[in-house]
Amino acid sequence: MYNISLDHFLFLGAILFTIGVLGIFLNKKNVIIILMSIELILLAVNINFVSFSTFSGDVSGQVFAMLTLTVAAAEAAIGLAILVVFFRNLGSISVEKINKLKG
Amino acid sequence: MQNNLYNLLFFPELILLTGSLCILLLGLFIKKNNFSIISNLSTILLVLTGIVTYIDRNTSFLNFNNFFIESNFIKFFQLLVIFGSISVILISKNYYKDQKLVFFEIPILILFSTFGMLLLIASNNLMAMYLGIELQSLTLYVIAAIKRDSLKSSESGLKYFILGALSSGILLYGCSLVYGFTGNTNFDDIHSVISSLEKIELGLIFGLIFILVGLAFKISAVPFHMWTPDVYEGAPTSITAFFAIVPKVSAVALIYRFCLEPFSSLYNEWSQIIVFLSIASMFLGSIAAIRQTNIKRLLAYSSIGHVGYILIGLVSFSDEGTKGAAIYILIYLFMNIAIFSILLSLKFENKYIEKIEDLSGLSKVKPFLSLSIAIIMLSMAGIPPFAGFFGKFYIFASALNSNLYSLAVFGVLSSVIAAFYYLRIIKVIYFDDYKSTNYENNQTNISKFILIISILIISLFILFPSLFTSLSIEASKGFFYK
Repeated sequence: MYNISLDHFLFLGAILFTIGVLGIFLNKKNVIIILMSIELILLAVNINFVSFSTFSGDVSGQVFAMLTLTVAAAEAAIGLAILVVFFRNLGSISVEKINKLKG
Repeated sequence: MQNNLYNLLFFPELILLTGSLCILLLGLFIKKNNFSIISNLSTILLVLTGIVTYIDRNTSFLNFNNFFIESNFIKFFQLLVIFGSISVILISKNYYKDQKLVFFEIPILILFSTFGMLLLIASNNLMAMYLGIELQSLTLYVIAAIKRDSLKSSESGLKYFILGALSSGILLYGCSLVYGFTGNTNFDDIHSVISSLEKIELGLIFGLIFILVGLAFKISAVPFHMWTPDVYEGAPTSITAFFAIVPKVSAVALIYRFCLEPFSSLYNEWSQIIVFLSIASMFLGSIAAIRQTNIKRLLAYSSIGHVGYILIGLVSFSDEGTKGAAIYILIYLFMNIAIFSILLSLKFENKYIEKIEDLSGLSKVKPFLSLSIAIIMLSMAGIPPFAGFFGKFYIFASALNSNLYSLAVFGVLSSVIAAFYYLRIIKVIYFDDYKSTNYENNQTNISKFILIISILIISLFILFPSLFTSLSIEASKGFFYK
């Protein structure tokens, strides 16, 4: 049997973080997917915090993870609110149509 | 400690927080004319907070288990942030009324954002730093999109939100790595762990880089500047003024404290990143601004350039560099307050000035305003005898004294390029052909007063330099005795 070590958790966190970042940059369709990617990034960080915290026996990482969860909820709420305002003006949430400001 | 408990009343952040919550409640109950009442109250609250921050009561027992600390550097930047917020609220009042943007939430969001900035400047722990940054950014996302029926404003809010949230995520990932490889979240403990390490682990370096990338987003250093011009253009001008003046100050203070306190022994690692950010920001800030026609976009690129100069002071890694940065940011604050107080009140054919060519007939009808813009532009370009020259002078002097010759040369070169577009505005005002002189200036008296004071400070800095340098010398002490 294999033991699950700290490295496995860090690797999982890194993969989730990369998927989140790529989701923001490669996505061409929908802003909601960007919001989901942002959540994924924050959750990847939480995996990091909790695993560091359990493997070193120091509790402050878990406190940090709790705070991150709270902030992630607030951030999602504000993001959706801004998205609703944007949708009312444009009538679409396609990423390709966010192009009124450039130069 | 019991005897000191009345000092609780003199804790500036607590005053600001409870005050802004009370004002929020009040705003819900006042039905008539609530915008001007709330913005006056917010100004009074900020002045009160500033006074309490200035008179140094012994409140160190309220540092929440070393989550926050006090120093002259922190106090200096906190006062700058409070001063900037007060000026922005005062200079933009007539703009809000004119644009029918009379939501009482705007001054309250500015108060909350200021509260977040005060916390993040004073933070001494990764958690406090992250929460401060989030409190600042979450309110900024909202006020960028506050003009709800405008597509431009909501688009700028959405862009700012996506890139800001990404940058916070990257910063947080860095925090998790730094926490994992040092076992601490407190800055002092991180510092002592890192200085006792024999071999620097790769994970720690990665954490440092991720955090620096997140902070570079917040100060809009190149290559993480993409949001700046769009947000500056799309947001209402009064909000742009806030973006240009206040969050820059707090983020610069944080990046200085972060590099010089916990990570001072990793100078070789972070200096390379900061040198790259600095050179790239200076050059992109000056070259990309040349082809801009919108004055708000131009000011965005100009602020990117200024951030590049400020970062030179960090790389020089000395008391002198920190002093130079403190003076630079002080002068930057005054220059931006002055230019935005003009942009927020000057109308051309019943629309607020957005394009540079709209300024072409200004010198014929508004000699004082044209002269003010000319002085501000010369100062931003760094031409003596105006204050902007001294900001650049102290920064470059510190770079030379730390043997960073190439950085100083790059800085001078890019400020020569930048002089082109600053001088072009003066040319447009004084020498270009004009179609009409239908200008209207609805500046309030208090905004005029702020403009005149800023212009006087910019142009008379040469006579009383010690007034400001002594402040910043006091502020910059204490980083390098460790």
